[in-house]
Amino acid sequence: MAKLKDLASMEDRLVAGHGMCLGCGIPLIFRIVLRATEDPLIIANATGCLEVCTTIFPRTSWNVTWVHSAFENAAATIAGVESMYKALKKKGRIPEDKKIKFLGVGGDGGTYDIGLQALSGAVERGHDIVYVCYDNNAYCNTGGQRSSATPLGASATTSPEGAQSPGKLQRRKDLTKILVAHNIPYVAQASPNRWQDLYKKAQKAFEIEGPAFLNILCLCPTEWKYDESQGIRLAQTAIDTCVWPLYEVENGKYKINYLPKEKKPVLDWVKSQGRFRHLFKEENAWVLEEYQKQVDEDWEELKKLANL
Amino acid sequence: MKKETWKELTIGTINLDAGNSVKNLTGTWRSGKKPQFIEENCIQCFFCWLYCPHSAIRVEGEEVKGINYDYCTGCGICSVECPPKEKAITMIKEEMKLAGGSTE
Amino acid sequence: MSTLKTLNGNQSIAEAVRQIDPDVMAAYPITPSTAIVETIAKFKADGLIAGEFVCPESEHSAMSVCIGASSAGGRVMTATASQGLALMWEMLYIAAGLRLPIVAAIANRSLSAPINIHGDHSDTIGARDSGWIQIYSENCQEAYDNFIQAFRIGEDLKVRTPVLVGLDGFIISHSMEVIQVEDDDEVKKFIGEYKNVFPVLDTSRKMTVGPIDFTDYYFEHKRNQIEGIENAPPVIEAVGKEFGLKFGREYGFFEEYRMDDAELCIVVMSSAAGTCKDAVDELRSEGKRIGLLKPRIFRPFAHQKIAEALKKMKAIAVLDRSSSPGAFGAPLFTEVRSALYDYAERPKIVNYVYGLGGRDIKVEHFKEVGLKLEKIAETGKVEEIYGYINLRE
Repeated sequence: MAKLKDLASMEDRLVAGHGMCLGCGIPLIFRIVLRATEDPLIIANATGCLEVCTTIFPRTSWNVTWVHSAFENAAATIAGVESMYKALKKKGRIPEDKKIKFLGVGGDGGTYDIGLQALSGAVERGHDIVYVCYDNNAYCNTGGQRSSATPLGASATTSPEGAQSPGKLQRRKDLTKILVAHNIPYVAQASPNRWQDLYKKAQKAFEIEGPAFLNILCLCPTEWKYDESQGIRLAQTAIDTCVWPLYEVENGKYKINYLPKEKKPVLDWVKSQGRFRHLFKEENAWVLEEYQKQVDEDWEELKKLANL
Repeated sequence: MKKETWKELTIGTINLDAGNSVKNLTGTWRSGKKPQFIEENCIQCFFCWLYCPHSAIRVEGEEVKGINYDYCTGCGICSVECPPKEKAITMIKEEMKLAGGSTE
Repeated sequence: MSTLKTLNGNQSIAEAVRQIDPDVMAAYPITPSTAIVETIAKFKADGLIAGEFVCPESEHSAMSVCIGASSAGGRVMTATASQGLALMWEMLYIAAGLRLPIVAAIANRSLSAPINIHGDHSDTIGARDSGWIQIYSENCQEAYDNFIQAFRIGEDLKVRTPVLVGLDGFIISHSMEVIQVEDDDEVKKFIGEYKNVFPVLDTSRKMTVGPIDFTDYYFEHKRNQIEGIENAPPVIEAVGKEFGLKFGREYGFFEEYRMDDAELCIVVMSSAAGTCKDAVDELRSEGKRIGLLKPRIFRPFAHQKIAEALKKMKAIAVLDRSSSPGAFGAPLFTEVRSALYDYAERPKIVNYVYGLGGRDIKVEHFKEVGLKLEKIAETGKVEEIYGYINLRE
């Protein structure tokens, strides 16, 4: 089992001085993910919080090779880098034993929404890449517009709550399931508060030959509107309520990695977040009920898939 | 900081100076509170290091040694996640100060 | 020794691809460039090329794969047309901004709506400000020759800019022609080894490629980018000359046809220039002093050289196979007209849009233009500065 002390002694691939918000969840994810391989690494990053906050020229927080081209194409961009690697190996211009890992990275906007097609194409083609989605449930880099990852009832700037609206009216898209449907070798959901689980999943993703996809819950105090010191507690609540189940699908086989001792109500998840505040108005009670129903349905289905 | 002319820039919008953002001192964002490290209470669990968004935990010789206030933004996660009953990190008041955000 | 082969335009491009064997080829099928992609796929399936062939799920991703691959460090090509190029739009600017010498073959086709699969220049001309070098081809031979030269031009260390090679959809892409195909080894030698500039696969250098600029750097980076295409003219000239010395077909910025003592001139690019040559011959036989100027390189636009070649004309007609709705004339016209502005005695100049959506332009249409030019030259009067050819009015 990995020890944090050992991980801390590894070189930082994402260094201090970046401009991410107080209490931001993104660096927590990449502190672990970028340590899950010791091989040289090349990252293609979609436009978004991580890209903007780490590369304001002439400064960069990247102590590893990093490429950005656009918003919707991190998967295609890293597929291109990986294709060139394969070509040059075949042509003998890169030594046969030179190992490089390829990582595509995007937020939920760049992955669930505008980047879904490029991601689907890249994994279907079988490139040997890892793609990590840091899902903070909205377009948080630009002030919190709704994405298809925004949960039902959350107030986002393009699905605001108001006299005639209880916030986002649609169920969140289950992207992890969509990736499972691509029949790729490895798909997993993780959360930074369970760092051992996240570390193992990232290691597995890098080790497996072929495409691997990690969907990681990403805390965003700025847009979720909670006390930023409580982020890790909130992530624990997300997995205890089964709003964000931790599971993996390896070669089609489901495994749930965290079973809450006692499944907590969705209410526990929404009550500390300002984006759900309006759900406590009487007329919006049905939304909370519906949200609970959806989470229950998804959890039951997942348990069935995992033969539990 | 002297900014390059267009002729001095590397072609293709490339930054060759890896990791130079350490010159950005995000510690200047702190407003009102900061973590205080109490070494005798520390159990060396490294959770503060793990969960610090701004890489502001000082690790020396495989041990957590304190807070790097150059980068600490005062979010307080380290204090909340510090496991011992007698916490090794507590949040204390800090006087507001106005300062630039860079070493240059 | 070159070989004579009967190939259409798409096959001519594919043949050049086989000879060059780029490291990564990423392309999505679209009429009329599909056969380029299919032929490359078959070459790969038959083991005739060693590079990676990637068939992405869209043109946007095709160009994104090209950008990733080119920044990785190696030779990269793609092919597309029309809506495909339009879907790549965003990434065209990024390829140029990142200074990646990707080469694209474009089987020029109209843009929707209405949807139409036939040839015009709306696609590439619309991309004229994307930062790509643009080369246009009159026939299959030129498409083959231009495509080979494109790699040398784009990859030049002072240029380092993506290049597109236009061949008219169907008219060239699907027309069979006997062309001279040079020996594989000679083509490879002409192209030379790919020279890397900051390849990201060299992981010993931890680069941040494509960072965000605020107001304090964007302008300088853009100016730095512009320098690349502004460095291209001497390279284009040198590569065209060397190609001529080696293979017997020399290229410059434009071709002049019967311009020696001409007073009237038609300026037209690509396949229509071939038809125009016949019209010029017929008008010449009728005693008209008319010639043709066929621009080959649209970006960078050789404004001084073109103005020098045209300044003594009495009247000029610029024919555009694209329109720029609401502008004062179509794009080639505005370039040529602007290039002539600094001369105290300027020729009269008119603009005709022709051939949108593949509409034919025939010898008689060019002859009508010639006669109109003759009248303008005689009277010194331009009645209609902007018009259309072979359009039902």
